[in-house]
Amino acid sequence: MTTLEAKDLIKNYQLGHGFRAATLRAVDDVSFTLEPGRTVALVGQSGSGKSTIAKLLMQLERPTSGQILLDGRPVERRGAGLARYRRTVQMVFQDPFASLNPFHTVEHHLERPLRLHHRGLTDAEVHRRVLRLLERVRLTPAENVARRRPHELSGGQRQRVAIARALAPEPGILVADEPVSMLDVSIRLGVLNLLAALQREEQLGVLYITHDLATARHFSDEILVMYRGRVVERGPADDVILHPQHEYTRTLAEAAPNPERRINQLRG
Amino acid sequence: MSQSAVSSSPVLTVENLSIDYLVEPVVHAVRDVSFSLRRGEVLGLAGESGCGKSTLAYGIVRLLKPPAAVTSGRAVFHSREGVDIDWNELGAGDLREVRWDKISMVFQGAMNSLNPVISIRDQLEDVFTTHRPEMGRRERRERCAQLLERVGVDRARLNAYPHELSGGMRQRVMIAMAMALEPQIMIMDEPTTALDVVVQREILGEITRLRDELGFAVLFITHDLPLLLEISDRIAVMRAGEIVELADALHLYTEPQHEYTRQLLASFPSLTGERGSFVRGGMDERLLALDAVQAEEPTIGSAS
Repeated sequence: MTTLEAKDLIKNYQLGHGFRAATLRAVDDVSFTLEPGRTVALVGQSGSGKSTIAKLLMQLERPTSGQILLDGRPVERRGAGLARYRRTVQMVFQDPFASLNPFHTVEHHLERPLRLHHRGLTDAEVHRRVLRLLERVRLTPAENVARRRPHELSGGQRQRVAIARALAPEPGILVADEPVSMLDVSIRLGVLNLLAALQREEQLGVLYITHDLATARHFSDEILVMYRGRVVERGPADDVILHPQHEYTRTLAEAAPNPERRINQLRG
Repeated sequence: MSQSAVSSSPVLTVENLSIDYLVEPVVHAVRDVSFSLRRGEVLGLAGESGCGKSTLAYGIVRLLKPPAAVTSGRAVFHSREGVDIDWNELGAGDLREVRWDKISMVFQGAMNSLNPVISIRDQLEDVFTTHRPEMGRRERRERCAQLLERVGVDRARLNAYPHELSGGMRQRVMIAMAMALEPQIMIMDEPTTALDVVVQREILGEITRLRDELGFAVLFITHDLPLLLEISDRIAVMRAGEIVELADALHLYTEPQHEYTRQLLASFPSLTGERGSFVRGGMDERLLALDAVQAEEPTIGSAS
């Protein structure tokens, strides 16, 4: 059971230098809490600061100001504390074609985090856990899949390997940055559904970063709408989508493919 | 989106087209596909990765490279002047003339096919110097500026180089380029997949507006069925190289005939309606069945 809290996060990037220096505020005063078993969705178009927040949470960037609290305590940024943090907070990346190493087998990808985060396991135990992970993401027959390399799997299958890899250290928090946007529309729902099932089994806190309002609505409890680094609207998922208050949320909702609107036109 | 722009006479007829990849074992990427594209119509072609939809597009304009080969069938273009052109019977020179002039294409990731060291102006002008050699320099310049404005890019950007434009703007430049000669058919293969939703919406709006204005027909290829339902007049659903269902958008959505179409329709949640709300309730193994691991080596674009 882990709670991760982001408090008043601000991230500035320095652009150019000398007389042409400028500051870009990528994230402007954003706060939210990830609780066990709950999903928070971060929606917004490209460049709105969604992925910067993911980087801040993963400690790939340091916030200019503001705090990240793990179970109420400020996160540690070095040494054993950082290693513990990495075990607790895991990430699924957008592009399963880039995030898996084409040179290595599926087994290798899952073995690494197991050995890193659970030292002292025997080889047989590691192998058993690899198979167990593959079964949990429904990649069966597991023995067969473990021997394959990424190019022998479809995009959706690769993303499921990435999910298994993120689950290997037994984290409490999962950051999913556009986990299905590179996949065919027809298999997106399956992967998201799997993610939701695993989340419930493990009571994971999930940050779901996306530009797709429809899946954000159905897969999250709370939605934060970001525009130019700021959260312009937040609230329970259905409220934000069905009764958007902010102008920008409406723009996003208008832009999303919505077959029902068209079908009603054709009928009308 | 208006129905008025669509006439019943076809501008392109594809008859029993089959395309194989001549590798060991042979992959039947497109199997006996027939359809017609009407003048001024947006025909959507939906299907998952590897179903042969891009191969079909390349086949229609004869851009296939070995080991891909058309094994049977043909694509016939019916020009506005009432002349039928069978693409298979054209020589290399004729093909070069007809492509882009009658049929133009915007391919997936097209925005990355701009030459990084040549300005947008020179790349646009190249279309006219090649296909309209008689056109004067001043007219050419003016046409290029108009083209850019037509797709919503300021004419001052003519002097820019590709890296100075955003992805959405580069994609617009590609669409402008595809419209340069006012072709009667535009084939668009995932033209907006790499773009974010707001930009995608703008470009789709642009395409439908220009379609209404200029009356060209569009073959729009994507895996994104919700998107097709919004912009297409008719939709063809493709699976494992075959078109399993072809119907107008309303019928496809309300009365899908084929089991696979029903599966596709069930695989995206709805934004405002109730549909899809079940998905969080429990693990639905049927959803992952679409993407199950095949025990033996997977074959590309083929279910057999």
